[in-house]
Amino acid sequence: MAFFPHLLLATLEGLVTSAVLALTALGLSLVFGVMRVVNVAHGEFFMLGAVLAWAITTALGGHPAIGFLLALVVSPLIVGTVALVAERLVLRRLNYNPEATIVATIGMLYIIQQAALTLYGPDARPVEPPFSYRILLPWFGYSGYKLSIVAASILLLLATWFVLTRTKIGLIMRATQYDRETAQAFGIPVDRVYAGVFALGAMLAAVAAVLVVPISQAHYLMGLDPLLLSFIVVIIGGLGSLRGTVVAAVLIGLSDGIISVFFSPTLAKMIATLLVALVLVFRPQGLFGTAAR
Amino acid sequence: MNRPVTLPIYALHAAVIVLLFLLQFILPDFHHGVLARVMVLAVFAMGYNLLFGYAGLLSLGHAMFFSAGLYGAGLAVEHFGFGMLPAFGAGLVAGGLLGLVIGLLALRTSGVAFMIVTMMFAQVFYLVTLYFADWTHGDEGFVIAQPLRQIAIGSLHFDLTQPTTRYMTAFLLFSIVLIVTLFIVRSAHGRVLVAIRENEERTRMLGYDAFANKLAAVIVSAVICAAAGAAYAILFGYVGSTFASVQYSILPLLWVLLGGAATTLGPLLGTLFMYYVVDITSGFISAYLFIVGLALILLVLFFPKGILGTIRDRWLGWLP
Amino acid sequence: MAGNRDSKSLLNGTLSRRAALKGFGAAAGLALAPGYVRYAQAQSSAPIKIGFQAHRTGIGAAYGRWYEKTTTAAVKAINDAGGIGGRPIEIVVEDDGTDPKRGAEVVGKFATQHKTDIVYGTLFSHVVIGSAPTAGELKIPYYVVSEGHHVASTKLNRYVFQPGITDVKSQIQAMAPWVASNVGKKVTMIFPDFAFGHDHRDYLPPALKAQGAEVIAQIAIPPTESSFTKYFPQIPAETEVIYHVMVGPAVLTFVKELGEFYGSNRPQLFGFIDSLEAVDINSPGLEFLDGSHFWEGSPRYAQENDSEAQKAYRAAVGIDDNGAAVGDPKDVSTAAHMFGCWETLYVIKKAMEDAGYKGPEDRAKLVEATEALTKFDEGPEHPQGDKIFNGKIHQCFGHQNISKVEGGKLKVVHRTSIEEGLYEPEGDYTTMPL
Repeated sequence: MAFFPHLLLATLEGLVTSAVLALTALGLSLVFGVMRVVNVAHGEFFMLGAVLAWAITTALGGHPAIGFLLALVVSPLIVGTVALVAERLVLRRLNYNPEATIVATIGMLYIIQQAALTLYGPDARPVEPPFSYRILLPWFGYSGYKLSIVAASILLLLATWFVLTRTKIGLIMRATQYDRETAQAFGIPVDRVYAGVFALGAMLAAVAAVLVVPISQAHYLMGLDPLLLSFIVVIIGGLGSLRGTVVAAVLIGLSDGIISVFFSPTLAKMIATLLVALVLVFRPQGLFGTAAR
Repeated sequence: MNRPVTLPIYALHAAVIVLLFLLQFILPDFHHGVLARVMVLAVFAMGYNLLFGYAGLLSLGHAMFFSAGLYGAGLAVEHFGFGMLPAFGAGLVAGGLLGLVIGLLALRTSGVAFMIVTMMFAQVFYLVTLYFADWTHGDEGFVIAQPLRQIAIGSLHFDLTQPTTRYMTAFLLFSIVLIVTLFIVRSAHGRVLVAIRENEERTRMLGYDAFANKLAAVIVSAVICAAAGAAYAILFGYVGSTFASVQYSILPLLWVLLGGAATTLGPLLGTLFMYYVVDITSGFISAYLFIVGLALILLVLFFPKGILGTIRDRWLGWLP
Repeated sequence: MAGNRDSKSLLNGTLSRRAALKGFGAAAGLALAPGYVRYAQAQSSAPIKIGFQAHRTGIGAAYGRWYEKTTTAAVKAINDAGGIGGRPIEIVVEDDGTDPKRGAEVVGKFATQHKTDIVYGTLFSHVVIGSAPTAGELKIPYYVVSEGHHVASTKLNRYVFQPGITDVKSQIQAMAPWVASNVGKKVTMIFPDFAFGHDHRDYLPPALKAQGAEVIAQIAIPPTESSFTKYFPQIPAETEVIYHVMVGPAVLTFVKELGEFYGSNRPQLFGFIDSLEAVDINSPGLEFLDGSHFWEGSPRYAQENDSEAQKAYRAAVGIDDNGAAVGDPKDVSTAAHMFGCWETLYVIKKAMEDAGYKGPEDRAKLVEATEALTKFDEGPEHPQGDKIFNGKIHQCFGHQNISKVEGGKLKVVHRTSIEEGLYEPEGDYTTMPL
């Protein structure tokens, strides 16, 4: 294939990756930013969202779009509830100690993974996309659904941005992020904010998973890669910075795709990872973050 | 901080070493084999603990140091026909060099960024082991043949594939690393590391070179982890890229947190505990990961500082 | 050998000493006889313990579950027919998490804790290679069902066998002539950039070349990849056949994206069913595969000319005509590989009976007896077909099936001969010490 179409394809693919990554990473970034804890189980919430999407669409039957839309609403709600329970039962009792939280969320990771394996099974299962429209370009065909993921992601990101910057809830969250003690002194129920943020973070991951599952498939081990990539995005973007998270997601999504045009795939992965690491080494606070704590 | 109580510390460590030595005579075959493995893996955890527990640097990439030792030793045997002792040395050198490079780069960051940078370097290392599969045999890995795993010193001959020799080798390595660790954490360097962990700014203002001390800690930690990796290669005869994957970076963190970060004996306890939790629960139910997860959460809820950390807080303040 | 003789003489010794002690002559002999007979019976009917190293968790779990089902079915069949030399088989399962470190530990646990007679059942290559040294050191026979070339490469050790499934090098070599003459001459390979893919990368080009076809591009996909479209532009336009061997949970994505990329105007496709083991061939997005060809070890779908043995095997394992679990059409089996478990257990039975296997002291004899095997006839014990076994490289060689996707089913269109899959041995295990 000629160079331009190849590059175009790599860019399109990169955008889809970026869109999903931005949503997933945003969830992690919120938890990170507001609560100052690392949620290692974040990828498992992602996985749970995808598995639930399969369960819901399969149980419902009928036109794929109906099941998909229902999954888009119900799956994040269930995942959010699970996260809320986990937060109340475990994280709050740990007083959000960073190290203890890492161990506890590793524990959750195992529990959720095992639950998925036992109840859902080890197989990878597909979910039908709500619509299947193949866009025919002069050089190759491309999935219309994939482009709709990008659109959906942009809408969701805008909505999150609106909530964070233009509403009272957002103000409360930002206040808590800025200074926990002072926020408490001003009567903000920090405790409940934390619970809400943790659940919200998990729900964002679940939404991303429901969006992505028709172009990949649900599998009980699918949570690891989004977790690692989200970590990277969050750090590159700067802690708790919405803008940074989005820019970093686009950067990482695109670089992975485009570098693979020039190098053999595994080598491309190596170089992309190394480059991102070096960016971080020479700009440790991330692209948009203020100094790291 | 308590004033150092020298005598009980030495007595305790000597007792642990003597106990481990004596255990080989009474343990049944199975547990004998388990303990040999656990001691090697505990060395990995001790190397990790030095950086994480004492210097306060949380790395998520220590699998690369373990596998630097593993591959350093394994490739030296596979491609250059090294004997076991030189191969072990090659593993240590590989780990030390990698530690130097990674330390120089990663120490420019701190906190969460340090976690991520180490994780990404480890991911690159993992991909390297896959990409150069002609050399490394990638994920499938390769075996160091049984006849090669012998050591001859003068007229003395050691067969590393024999359980007794293997136990003694693992025991020797473990004891040496334990003593070295104890020595380091009680040395001036060790105290500077703790000072950096508690307040880097102040330590620097007191005239200590924080970067140099941290770099030294990364290198020593890398060499110890590489020692565990190299020992694993020559004692158990398998080298493969699984050991460079991210889960092997999380494992030492887990072991150390369980046993008690910044305790010299915590890594051993944590490794031992995890091993038996997995081993025993997997015998009862197939959903053993569930039990492991639950155990982790309960431990962290009720023993947040790990086993030894909790004991130190409540009863034995002098534990190093 | 020596150990065995010792224990026998010990037994006799005890008996005669007791007899002498009682000093009763014939009467005493009679009095003692029932006790002795009971003891002998207990000895001879004590179960033979087989340690089953299973992928219950980790990336191999989808395969592991079906390996367990097949094993259970085979053990039941063997035990119902009188077991091994009159002794029933008892399976002890340990999960290896599809991890080579845990795999080695599990082999150690079988040998020293469960004290099983042998270890059996591993699939994933890295677990086999990681566990092999431990099996060799503990001198416990280790029968794997992995299809990797590792055993036949003679890089492992004398205690490791693969008698139930053909290795991938042989499979590729056997398929190449048919691919070259029926699918196309210009081949682009897409494979995962790790061991399983590398076997194909290394063995296919020479095999095709011998048939006058050529590999014009090789695209290695990193193992961490979850989307593939961006690699498809690297497929040369003149490609006649895409040879794909992707594995793992992302394979559905791979096929779907290939479909989106090419639409109906695609090159021919030839793949290894490993890609779609445990995956319903009628999943959404896989319509694209209609008309393409797959290698299958044992056919997933019941075929018109299935032998009675094949039918009995499918019924025993509990899979329907579509290769899914009876009663759950969504639960698709790993039919192309799991037959190897069934056949391996029968090989173990044969070798143990040949060796007169009594207990762990006879393990070396068991190794020699297994090495002495040369062929397995098609039948209830080997429902996939007849095989020959090369004792020097501890590897069996059987027929391979090429199936075409037609109307949502896989139909066998060609069956290779055993001879097509034979190659020069790369070494000789039998010269290694026991």
